Amino acid sequence: MKKTYILEDLDCAHCAAKIETAVGKLDGVEKCTLTFLTQKLVIEAEEEKIPAITKEIKKIVKKTEPDVTVIEK
Amino acid sequence: MTKKLKKRIKRILAGAAVMIGAVVIEKLTGDMYPYVVFSLFLAAYVIAGGDVVKNAVVNIGHGQVFDENFLMTLATVGAFFVGDYSEAVAVMLFYQVGECFQSYAVNKSRKSITALMEIRPDYANVIRDGNEETVDPEEVAVGELIRVKAGERIPLDGIIRNGNSSLDTMALTGESIPREVLCGDEVISGCVNLQGVLEIEVTKEFSDSTVSKILNLVESAGSRKAEAENFITKFARYYTPIVAVCALLLAILPPTVLGAAQGHMAAGNIWSDWIYRALTFLVISCPCALVISIPLSFFGGLGGASKNGILIKGSNYLEALATAEVVVMDKTGTLTKGTFGVKNVTVAEKADCSADRLLELAAYAESYSNHPISQSLLEAYGKEVDASRIGKAEEIAGHGVHVFVDGKEIYAGNSRLMEQQGIFYEAVRETGTVVYIACDGIYLGYILIADELKEDAADAVRGLKEAGIKKLVMLTGDRKETAQEVAGKLGITEVHAELLPGDKVDRMEELMQSKSEKGKLLFVGDGINDAPVLARADIGIAMGGLGSDAAIEAADIVIMTDEPSKIARAMQISVKTLAIVRQNIIFALSVKILVLLLAAAGLASMWAAVFADVGVAVIAILNAMRALKA
Repeated sequence: MKKTYILEDLDCAHCAAKIETAVGKLDGVEKCTLTFLTQKLVIEAEEEKIPAITKEIKKIVKKTEPDVTVIEK
Repeated sequence: MTKKLKKRIKRILAGAAVMIGAVVIEKLTGDMYPYVVFSLFLAAYVIAGGDVVKNAVVNIGHGQVFDENFLMTLATVGAFFVGDYSEAVAVMLFYQVGECFQSYAVNKSRKSITALMEIRPDYANVIRDGNEETVDPEEVAVGELIRVKAGERIPLDGIIRNGNSSLDTMALTGESIPREVLCGDEVISGCVNLQGVLEIEVTKEFSDSTVSKILNLVESAGSRKAEAENFITKFARYYTPIVAVCALLLAILPPTVLGAAQGHMAAGNIWSDWIYRALTFLVISCPCALVISIPLSFFGGLGGASKNGILIKGSNYLEALATAEVVVMDKTGTLTKGTFGVKNVTVAEKADCSADRLLELAAYAESYSNHPISQSLLEAYGKEVDASRIGKAEEIAGHGVHVFVDGKEIYAGNSRLMEQQGIFYEAVRETGTVVYIACDGIYLGYILIADELKEDAADAVRGLKEAGIKKLVMLTGDRKETAQEVAGKLGITEVHAELLPGDKVDRMEELMQSKSEKGKLLFVGDGINDAPVLARADIGIAMGGLGSDAAIEAADIVIMTDEPSKIARAMQISVKTLAIVRQNIIFALSVKILVLLLAAAGLASMWAAVFADVGVAVIAILNAMRALKA
């Protein structure tokens, strides 16, 4: 299943790359792309694992760019 | 301007004011109140760069060393320790100003790129139980009737059931001339209704509608990265640690060596001099200018292309276009319109008839048939057919029609019809379909109907040749004579005709073998029956993507309009984008390397280093935005 998040106030391209790599390594994430310009993070994962993944994504984002807010879509 | 940015600017101004105060007091009082001066500088530093220091500390706690915050903190705190208070504050201020600029520029470019994608309709006016309701387009089902008023965007694909209008398709095709639509026409979502009210029966759900397809395509384009982008990501991973290690060496080695040469510990001022140089190094060690501006350039190029009605599925394809060497084109639907049109009307010698009269007779004779040939005759005639002038009419299958018009007996059809009726006629040897016309047993002339070349087909071929394409090939399932004629007119030298779909793939294999290793092969087709060939080519381009799902799926690049000249346009955009990418890489790297060398030699101040960091980033971003103006 595909899921999209919007990373509001994502200003740093370098951090975006870091977030993308970290999210890609999460358990259950099959595919992950973060487009810096549209501030969109799209992942593909099994449906039942998504709540856990969402939690992890929020943690990763908080760690790399504390100013960014993760919005689920 | 975002709130965050405004807050930042306020802090910068406050920090600058306190710092000026400190400088003035220092100048006036000299060394009388060192603690007051120091505290003021410290206050200015905290106001201007407190958040940077805080982020640095927090990030180290998360195991994130070597981020920008950390580097700036280390550099400026270091400057404090070696006694350059004013410089520490000023560098922090300058860095913050640069960051603001950078964030402003990124936001601005984000806005101008996303503006291109603002084809998403916000609502649909659906008619339910005779009442108009405003709902989310996603809630409208297939078969429901929606109303689109003047100035509104068509939210879903459908067929017009009521009303005529003209549509602005600019956002989808880049075409500025409005498209006329009549009741019964199919319309696609994303177009803007320019006049009157249209009632449209929905034929596709929102998620299958053209708008959703295009948005998906454009938004996921970022995930297929160009080689240059991957290079930068990799480069960034090594660059920062390497520079940071160099800085450490620079701080320790030279003073130690110098000290050892003199036989005792180096003096404090020598240490602080080299530490300063090392700190300057740290400021330059962030690769941000490249990390931001390269993807931005590609994104700008993709945006510029979509403004022209060219949808590219990834930066890798945009990058590959620039090295295209062989272009293989399908004939029907790509270079020709794929529809039949009257090519010429020829009156027989000695016949007492005008060309207009001949066309009129043919149109009347064929007016009852709905064969494509008769449609094109009626279109060429262009006037209403007065049914009362037509008498008895019959169709002779495989031959043509036999009709009475104004009481005259007309035969219109192929050569077999003329022979069957024993009419003396001149056989015509031309490519296309010939309709012979006889009136009261006398041959009047013929009308040639053939597939027409697209208006810009010749421009397309010329444009590709100018863009440096080495080989242009035309593939077609059509007859050899027709293919040769089209190719001759356009100046295409290599033609493979009478191919079955399977043959096309074989030919493609051969062509793939013949090109050079680095050169790319482009295939251009209309997306119908082309899927295997589109997939086999390095870059598959589908023409006339509007409405054709298969084409959007199979191709790497979709040209929304029917214009083959857009291929050359796409190549130009690609070349321009790559030039900008190259400029940015060279510019950013050479400034950084230059400042690194100067800093190592003790010739560059920390100011120059901040410029090499944020200044270069801002310039590179501004340059990247040129890619959008395609």
